[in-house]
Parts: sequence; C-alpha cells; structure tokens
Amino acid sequence: MATTRNDKISSIIDGKRVIVKKPELLAPAGNLEKLKIAVHYGADAVFIGGQEYGLRSNADNFTLEEMKEGVEFAKTYGAKIYVTTNIFAHNENVDGLEEYLRGIASAGVAGIIVADPLIIETCKRVAPEVEVHLSTQQSLSNWKAVQFWKEEGLHRVVLARETSGDEIREMKEKVEIEIESFIHGAMCIAYSGRCVLSNHMTARDSNRGGCCQSCRWDYDLYEREDGEEKALYSENDAAFAMSPKDLKLIESIPRMIEIGVDSLKIEGRMKSIHYIATVVSVYRKVIDAYCEDPADFKIKQEWLDELDKCANRETATAFFEGVPGHEEQMFGEHGKKTAFDFAGYVLDYNEESKIVTLQQRNYFKPGQEVEFFGPDMDNFSQKVDKIWDMKGNELEAARHPLQLIQFKVERPLRAHNMMRKELVSRP
Amino acid sequence: MKKPELLLTPFSMNHLKELCEAGADAFVIGEQRYGLRLAGEFSRNECKMAIKTAHEYGKKVYIAVNAIFHNDKVDELNDYLSFCDKAGADAVIFGDPAVLMAARESAPNLPLHWNTETTATNYFTCNYWGSKGAKRAVLARELSMDAIVEMKEKAEVEIEIQVHGMTCMFQSKRSLLGNYFLYQGKSLEIENRKDKKNMLLHDVERNNKYPIFEDENGTHIMSPNDMCIIDELTEMMEAGVDSFKIEGILQTPEYVTMVTSLYRKAIDLCAENTESYEEKKEQWLNAIEQMQQPHRPLDTGFFFKETVY
Ligand code: SF4
Repeated sequence: MATTRNDKISSIIDGKRVIVKKPELLAPAGNLEKLKIAVHYGADAVFIGGQEYGLRSNADNFTLEEMKEGVEFAKTYGAKIYVTTNIFAHNENVDGLEEYLRGIASAGVAGIIVADPLIIETCKRVAPEVEVHLSTQQSLSNWKAVQFWKEEGLHRVVLARETSGDEIREMKEKVEIEIESFIHGAMCIAYSGRCVLSNHMTARDSNRGGCCQSCRWDYDLYEREDGEEKALYSENDAAFAMSPKDLKLIESIPRMIEIGVDSLKIEGRMKSIHYIATVVSVYRKVIDAYCEDPADFKIKQEWLDELDKCANRETATAFFEGVPGHEEQMFGEHGKKTAFDFAGYVLDYNEESKIVTLQQRNYFKPGQEVEFFGPDMDNFSQKVDKIWDMKGNELEAARHPLQLIQFKVERPLRAHNMMRKELVSRP
Repeated sequence: MKKPELLLTPFSMNHLKELCEAGADAFVIGEQRYGLRLAGEFSRNECKMAIKTAHEYGKKVYIAVNAIFHNDKVDELNDYLSFCDKAGADAVIFGDPAVLMAARESAPNLPLHWNTETTATNYFTCNYWGSKGAKRAVLARELSMDAIVEMKEKAEVEIEIQVHGMTCMFQSKRSLLGNYFLYQGKSLEIENRKDKKNMLLHDVERNNKYPIFEDENGTHIMSPNDMCIIDELTEMMEAGVDSFKIEGILQTPEYVTMVTSLYRKAIDLCAENTESYEEKKEQWLNAIEQMQQPHRPLDTGFFFKETVY
C-alpha cells in the first residue's frame, strides 16, 4: 500500500520526472497586512489567531470582521485561512466556545488548529464544515496515535517537532491522513504541551498562551551530595541554558516533498512583515524549483543568503535529521542581530519615468544602498538617488513612518515588492 | 464520608511492602521504557511479584505506560499491555492515544487511567477520554481546588489528584544535561552522573532550586517545592475525589513511608470525624515540615493560586 501512495508524488511527463503532489506552503500572520503579504509572497495557506482560545494571548489576533476580510482576500488568490484554537481549556473557558466556533465558521475559515478534545468535539458538533487539524500541542509522535486521530475524524495532524524524517515517512505509509510539519521558525525546547515552567515561575499558564519563555533564561547547575551543594561549572563557563537554535529545514525540503508531507509550516505569528515576506518567498522558490525538476535541483546560495537577512537567531535542523546535540543549542550568547531591516513597501512603479512610489517603513536617505525583493523577481541593489514626497518636495531623508516617497529605480518593480536596507551604525 | 484511595509510588519490592503496612491503598509501578518519571524501576518480573504481594494485602497496582511514544516503541505496546493484563495489573496509566489503540487490540478488558500530567485541565476532556475507554482521569497539577471540585462534580470518570510531593514542570526529548557537559568539553561527567539524579538548577532571581535529571524519556525538570495539603483534605473528600497520590520521586523511601502513614491517619480521621481532623491537622503538617530537607520547602501547589494567561 505504501508504494501506491508514493507513486502519486511524482510522475514522468515528456520523459522527465516532475513532482505532481506539491505540498501546501503554510505561513503565519499576526494581522491583516501580514496575511496579505504572506499570500502575495507565495503562501498557499495562512494561519492566524482569533481573539480567544489561541496560544498567543497578547499577540496580534484577528477580530471576526478581520477574519472575514482575510478569508475573502485569500480566496481571490486561491489561498486558505486556518485559525489556531490550540489552548488546553480550563472549565471557565467552556462557556462561549460554541459561539466562538460558529463565528469562525461564518467567517469562512477553512480549518481550525486544535489541541483540546473539548474544542475538537465542539467544533465537530457546531461547525462541521470547518476542518479540524490537530495542533502540535498534542506532541503527536507515532503512527498509531496518528491512526487514533484519523479515526476520530480529523482532517489533518500537525506532528510533534520531535519527529524525524524517517518517522514521518512511516506515518505517511501507515495512515492516510494529511500531515503538516514545521520547516522554519522558533521552537519550544520542551515537548509542546508538556511545559509548565511559566506556571511555576511566574503564575502564567503556558498552555493558555501565557508562556514567558522561562526556558531561555540562564540557570546555574549544581549537584547535591551529603547535604552539600557543589557547582558544576567554573568561573568562565557559560551558564546552563536550554535555548534551542531556530528551526531551518530549507535543505530538507526535497526529502519532505518525497515523503509526501502535505503541508510545510512556517512558525511565527508575531514575526514582522519583512520576516514573513522573506521566508515565504524563499520557500516558495525552493518548493517550486524542486517540483519542476527534482533531478537537477540544487539549493542556491542566494536562497540561504536571503534567509539570513531576516534571521535574528542561529538556525539548525532540529529533530528532522536526528536528535539534536549541543551544537543546536545556544549557550552564553543571546542571538545575533538581523543585518537587514525593512525600509519601504512598493505601492506603484511607473515604467516610463522609472519612478517608484513607496511607503516608508524605516529611515533611509539618498546615497544609501538598498535592496529590492519580491515574489516574482530576482533581488537587486542600488543606491538611492534624490527622493521626493508626493508634492514633489525634495527630502533630505525619509524620516516619517508610512510617509509616501518617490525616487528613481532603474529596474522595474511591482506593487507589493519590498525595499530593505543593510543596518549600519548611523553617523 | 467516602475515603479516597491513597496512591503511592514505591521504590522497590521491599518498599512496597513497607507502604502496605503504612496504609497505602494502591501503587504506581513500571519501567522507564514505557512509564514517565517513576520513583523506582520494576522489571516485568518485579511487576508480577509486586502485583502478587499487593493483592495479598488487598491493594491495587497500576502500571505506568504514559510515555510519549515514537514509532520505535509503538510495536512493543501490544506485547507489554498483554503482559500487564496477564500479570493482573488493576489498571494501566496512559497519555499517548497509541496505548489506547493497542489496549483495544491486545487487552480490551484492562482498565485505563488517562494521565498526560499537564493537559487534563477541564471536565469535558476528562469525559472525552472516558468515552474512549478511560476509567479515570489524573488531573493536571496546575489547577485550583475550586476547579478540581467542579471537575469532580461534572466528571463521569474517577478523578485522581496529587496531594503531596514534587511535580514535573518540563520534559524535553533533548539530552539537556549531556549537551551542557559536551558543550563544556566535560563528556566524562555524563557517565559519572547518569543515574544519580542529584542535580539542581539554581534560579537566582526567584531563589529556587529545581531538580533536573535525564532518562530514556529525555530531560525532566521538577518543581522547587514539595506540595503538601495534609491539612486541606476536607473539601476534596467532601467532593468525593477518588484518589489522592503521594509522589515519591527523588525522595528517600523512609520519608515516603512516614508521609504515607501520616496521610493515612489524616484521611481516616477526616472521613470519620471532621472536627477532630481539624484539631489534629496542624500537628501532622508540622511533623512533615520537620522531615523536609532544607532545599525543599513545602507549599500548597496550585490549589490556592490563580494563574493568568
Ligand atoms: S518555557 Fe520554553 S519550552 Fe516551555 S512552553 Fe515556553 S517556550 Fe516552550
């Protein structure tokens, strides 16, 4: 049975093997603007949070109205919207759930991502048209548990981040259900759903969105013998830390596609527009390139460089390629600074006059080197020449957030392209 | 008033006998290959003996099969569950739905207790697992007493709570201690300390010390205090909570036996004569306080503490 399923992944067209089962590229969005960017930059689906029951209690969440607008927008591009509804509910969260789920359904959302059987069962009952996807919060790690959730009628499962490529392959072979797996972003170092550090340390419930990332603090390691405590580190050693490097599976995408993973997920509902645009467009290119011609596929250096431009921590492959060792954790250091920053959002480009109109997103000025990128173009850099406001006044610098700015750009641009600048110490 | 079961985690066969004498009603045993954070290791043979002994005393034995399983161990589950069944275990404790599936296939009459530790946070979900075959739900430790009482009222399954000892705050599949030693270039330390379970993380800001250890299931970090509610049993006994667990992990067997005999007295008296229980309870609390190691203060867990989110 395994072989027939794998056969569906590719076929031979005109003597050349191509991938026919292209996985969904799933991106996060913390607000409407980010949702639109994710879709423009190539996401097939976007996951967002609602006002309640999601695991980011203070992050940007969508009202029902915004959800509706997001769904409508996505539809015109053939993209889907999922809503994370993945808290482990307490008794007091039971009231209001039905109404909330009906609201989501009426907004036209394609699916919800859920951890608690309370929410799974309620959704099946009051909003049967909405797909139910099991959240990674359930730490789903084996094929038999996948089988259980399939029999419970779930449409899709998001696996534990602790599962390896070989394990996912076996699950795909044994159970016929959609599998979603993380490819990029920050991760818990604990099994998801099995960490209550924040509950103990700060009285905030991590399984209802209150996590304060206590795992990323520094601790001192001691050993206790005969009532005495002895330090297990010396003066110059870094403190004990549990901070994982961020996940980056760009080089494993071909393997994931061949395994038949149905949805490739980017983490980060709290991430910036620049981050979402950059990461989504790189993975879009990787997936498309591999599916078109798997035999001659190579990871391009420019893709890796591009991901680096929005990385604020070091990255690793985590569990997909085996259990991660100490090189995949961070000790003593606390991340690196991003080298690039989002500086402008292109609204219009006049082919004849070569004048771009863009919305300022960060300080820039004439003479500065900037880079343009977008979903269907190769990046290019140029120096900013004279800049004007919309009334034609020449400006010394683009200082005002969201101000509309015009200047000349040699190569063609399109609406929704972005401009970034390298971060240098300001004079 | 109905008496709840007093549930213990023995370290060894001998300790199990001691605890029978001290007043335990039931035991959690097992091996780390299948069970999480057990006080002692019980091989299959030892499980058989433990069940035999406990049954002679009229006590129950539950085998822990509540690890988070990956594909590699899933195929062993059927065999292990039929072993548990044949050995006469009174129940199996599970968290992973794979165990439920395997039990349906290989040991359909074996009672199941649902215990994921952190995710049993509402009555609906307890009843959901009940409808899938669980006879009991073990509640998350991060709940207030009011929430527990409400869950007991609305639950169609037995309810077990922890009343004493350490609780787990964190489990990672990664080898976090090993990784730290490797990072420091001290790989020898890993072997030296493998089974000792005597390491602590100091949290200077909160002035807390968290026990940390590694085993086959990964790295575990435990609470800095020992929960103790020997003086607060009335409300939960009135509510009819079915089982009170004393967690023995990382304590000494002597300590656990002493604590067991005190809870035995407390439960019996509370059931028979609440007023005299109220008079005596301070005394028992003090007796336990006397036994605490200096780095393990007592507290009341989350019973009287609200968490926000
Ligand atoms: S403290 Fe760390 S491991 Fe725990 S839930 Fe928060 S991010 Fe995850």
